Amino acid sequence: MTRIGIVAELGRETRVAATPVTVKQLLGLGYEVVVEKGAGESASFRDEAYEEAGALIVGADEAWGSDVVLRINPPTQEEIGRLTDGATLIGTLSPGLRPELVDALASRPITALALDAVPRISRAQSMDVLSSMANIAGYRAVIEAAHEFGRFFTGQVTAAGKVPPAKVLVAGAGVAGLAAIGAASSLGAIVRATDPRPEVADQVKSIGGTYLKVEVAEEMESSDGYAKATSEAYNARAAEIYSEQAADVDIIITTALIPGRPAPKLLTAEDVAGMKSGSVIVDMAAGQGGNVEGSVAGERVVTDNGVVILGYTDLPARLPAQASQLYGTNMLNLLKLLTPDKDGILRIDFDDVVQRSVTVVREGEQTWPPPPVQVSAASPTQSVATRAGERSANKETKKKTGLSPAGKAGLFAAGIAVLFGINAVAPAPLPQHFTVLMLSIVVGFYVIGKVHHALHTPLMSVTNAISGIIVVGALLQVTSENIVMQVLAAVAVLLASINIFGGFAVTRRMLAMFSAGKVRS
Amino acid sequence: MTDTVSGPLTAGSIAGAAYIVAALLFILSLAGLSKHEKARAGVIYGITGMVIALAATIWLTLQDTWGTGHALTGLGLLVAAVLVGGAIGLWRARVVEMTGMPELIALLHSFVGLAAVLVGWNGHLEAPALSPELTAIHHAEVFIGVFIGAVTFTGSIVAFLKLSARMKSSPLMLPGKNAINLGALGAFIALTVWYVNDSQLWLLVVVTLLALGLGWHLVASIGGGDMPVVVSMLNSYSGWAAAAAGFLLNNDLLIITGALVGSSGAYLSYIMCKAMNRSFISVIAGGFGIAAPTSKGDTDQGEHREITAEATAEMLTNASSVVITPGYGMAVAQAQYPVAELAHQLRERGVNVRFGIHPVAGRLPGHMNVLLAEAKVPYDIVLEMDEINDDLGDTSVVLVIGANDTVNPAAAEDPGSPIAGMPVLKVWEAENVIVFKRSMAAGYAGVQNPLFFRENSQMLFGDAKARVEDILKAF
Repeated sequence: MTRIGIVAELGRETRVAATPVTVKQLLGLGYEVVVEKGAGESASFRDEAYEEAGALIVGADEAWGSDVVLRINPPTQEEIGRLTDGATLIGTLSPGLRPELVDALASRPITALALDAVPRISRAQSMDVLSSMANIAGYRAVIEAAHEFGRFFTGQVTAAGKVPPAKVLVAGAGVAGLAAIGAASSLGAIVRATDPRPEVADQVKSIGGTYLKVEVAEEMESSDGYAKATSEAYNARAAEIYSEQAADVDIIITTALIPGRPAPKLLTAEDVAGMKSGSVIVDMAAGQGGNVEGSVAGERVVTDNGVVILGYTDLPARLPAQASQLYGTNMLNLLKLLTPDKDGILRIDFDDVVQRSVTVVREGEQTWPPPPVQVSAASPTQSVATRAGERSANKETKKKTGLSPAGKAGLFAAGIAVLFGINAVAPAPLPQHFTVLMLSIVVGFYVIGKVHHALHTPLMSVTNAISGIIVVGALLQVTSENIVMQVLAAVAVLLASINIFGGFAVTRRMLAMFSAGKVRS
Repeated sequence: MTDTVSGPLTAGSIAGAAYIVAALLFILSLAGLSKHEKARAGVIYGITGMVIALAATIWLTLQDTWGTGHALTGLGLLVAAVLVGGAIGLWRARVVEMTGMPELIALLHSFVGLAAVLVGWNGHLEAPALSPELTAIHHAEVFIGVFIGAVTFTGSIVAFLKLSARMKSSPLMLPGKNAINLGALGAFIALTVWYVNDSQLWLLVVVTLLALGLGWHLVASIGGGDMPVVVSMLNSYSGWAAAAAGFLLNNDLLIITGALVGSSGAYLSYIMCKAMNRSFISVIAGGFGIAAPTSKGDTDQGEHREITAEATAEMLTNASSVVITPGYGMAVAQAQYPVAELAHQLRERGVNVRFGIHPVAGRLPGHMNVLLAEAKVPYDIVLEMDEINDDLGDTSVVLVIGANDTVNPAAAEDPGSPIAGMPVLKVWEAENVIVFKRSMAAGYAGVQNPLFFRENSQMLFGDAKARVEDILKAF
């Protein structure tokens, strides 16, 4: 049976990669679970709780010697050495930023999976550890700020006088930013948010914030070199907004990150100098260079004018139990994916884009970077669809519903032969007609190959209208000398006209509804 | 007359050119209908193509016979027929309920089928002077055209009757139905050979009747639950009927258009079959409910639990995410508006509401999407089965509204079930499932649904529309 080892983290890390709850579910997947002694202690999960859940408490060496090792932080060189041959290590590895770690992992005959490399597609959301940690960090950033801030967040009218509510500015409305907006507004503060993506305005609003739009002057847009000019104008205007806001608000939380690049500088030293004494800044990007001039990663800095700048980089770890629970669940979801049969055997399927993306090293072979994943809407559905197709195809062969491959080939060959035979002997107009027929069949087949599932009904009603083209046949006959023919043809024209008019009209009606839905969404 | 298109006449060559343009526009039309953004342009292309084709044809016929008495009669008949037919068509299209769309489309298919039969009959009556070789081919074409047209005609009529509940939707189980189908096909081939050698009118009558009977039987032996495939298959047949008429009349436009509709319809049915894990061949052969219904469904499944609308409302208010999986029952009860309102209100309360649509939910491919779009549900929360299935495990409440076979766990878990292997929405993985249903009766496939007896499922009996409105009141 495959054994999963939950190992302790090093240094100041307080989180743990599995909680008693997730341990129970790991056992449900058919695994055996061992936990290093004291691994969950700093996250308030005691060894007894793990034991109750069904895990075995073991020493460090035994835990590291498991078939699958679950971790939060990347392993050190020495820890990589403790893994057994053929083992699988799962954790946050930041493979894109740390090539030397990837090389070190690949030097051993092991498999390494980076939980922080799951593609951002909806199916993988349940494993997206970056999102779940960002959520916690955003919340904690507000709590840290509240701790430093010498006043209430909420406004109050008391017998001892009126207290104005605190004003909070959140820069960047990603997962962390939105969590911060939500936490701050539920504490009663007035929350404003900035983000270069105007589409997040509704999300900001939905959790109680006000979105500050960066309005750029019209004439700048029409000038030459459109993109760059706008972006310059945009940056200039954004900087102005930050200066104005800095002077006004009490608390600023910055979350702006650009993947693979140093964090953008949003607040200059002058902006900070313009803030009121006692104001608090939490720079959540401090680990990546910082959004605020003067912030120091991991440190609390107090400026000359009494502004506190927090550059903590361990915000998720400051909520250890919560963070461990979410991390553990992300981890569990990945293991569920890797254990499709719930038989305690870990399988990595490289045809699955999620499993491919997280795999950094497979059996000693470096597989990083993975092929890029299209996050657009069309692609994942399509890959899912093809997989569904494969699945049913497999079933079909098993169930033997259709013909054997040889039978199919025979039938195909016979069809070709018949077609050939007919065209070889057929007199004049027939072969041309067959050519036209065959080409049209192929065109018809390809033309609707990628039809969107929601459009099946309109497609059918439009093809129905088009098949009213039979009217052409009836029209050619309606002027016949034979009165019986004329009547029959007229009836045919009538029937086909119902089709043509009705079909097109009803299609237009349906499509009109679809667009209406789009506007509202 | 048959040679006008390919002949050296100017009228013919101009019409021929117009036909090519029309055919191209039809192709663009179908291509446009594959994407939301281009769909409306697609319809415009289709209409333009049709106008060009009709104008060219009318001009061509009149050019040939202008001044003769029968041309005037013909013209009169033509104008009258187009006006009446067009008026009926527009009127139906305007008044049809979106829930009645499948019936309308099935009925429209039958018109194409009947028109093809009439054109074929006229082909017999016309008896052009041709070389013996070509005459034989002409006869064969008449026969084939009438056959396909008649099968389409009665097949569509039966589909229409079943969809509008004027006929029992359970599959007709005649003993030896495969033999009947094959026998009819064999008889058709024999009759064709006979007719080619000796073109008697009574043979044409016989083959028409034979085909009408075959069409009836083919569709009658398919259960109502499989109607999405049938409707799109009939769509394909109606295309082939037009193509056959094209061979008969030496008209390339008919061939192109017919083949386009035929092959695209067939491919759409194939997609549907894949979605239901059914064999494509057995659909075309009308042998759907292959296995005899198992008696297993009657075995004791345990107790089901009932829930009230008020309790449902409370459960929904406390839910963090809700998935609604509608089925044909929602269409029957016209519940799409209250359902959309329910989704809207829940979203206002911050509940994550999504719709999970099974590819064959309803009686027409894409039927549910049309209904939800009508009720203005934003289509970014309307997801396909494959998109939502993985998320169902994390969903607090699933509302199954008038769906049955598409959420049946037996398909995934019971290899002996008649619907085994059909991909279904795994609603039973959610925390709570609430099933809106009129009674405990089985679904169209006639299979009992173990979902109703699961520990996490509760039944909300009654008309779906009334029940959803009750929930809205209880909020």
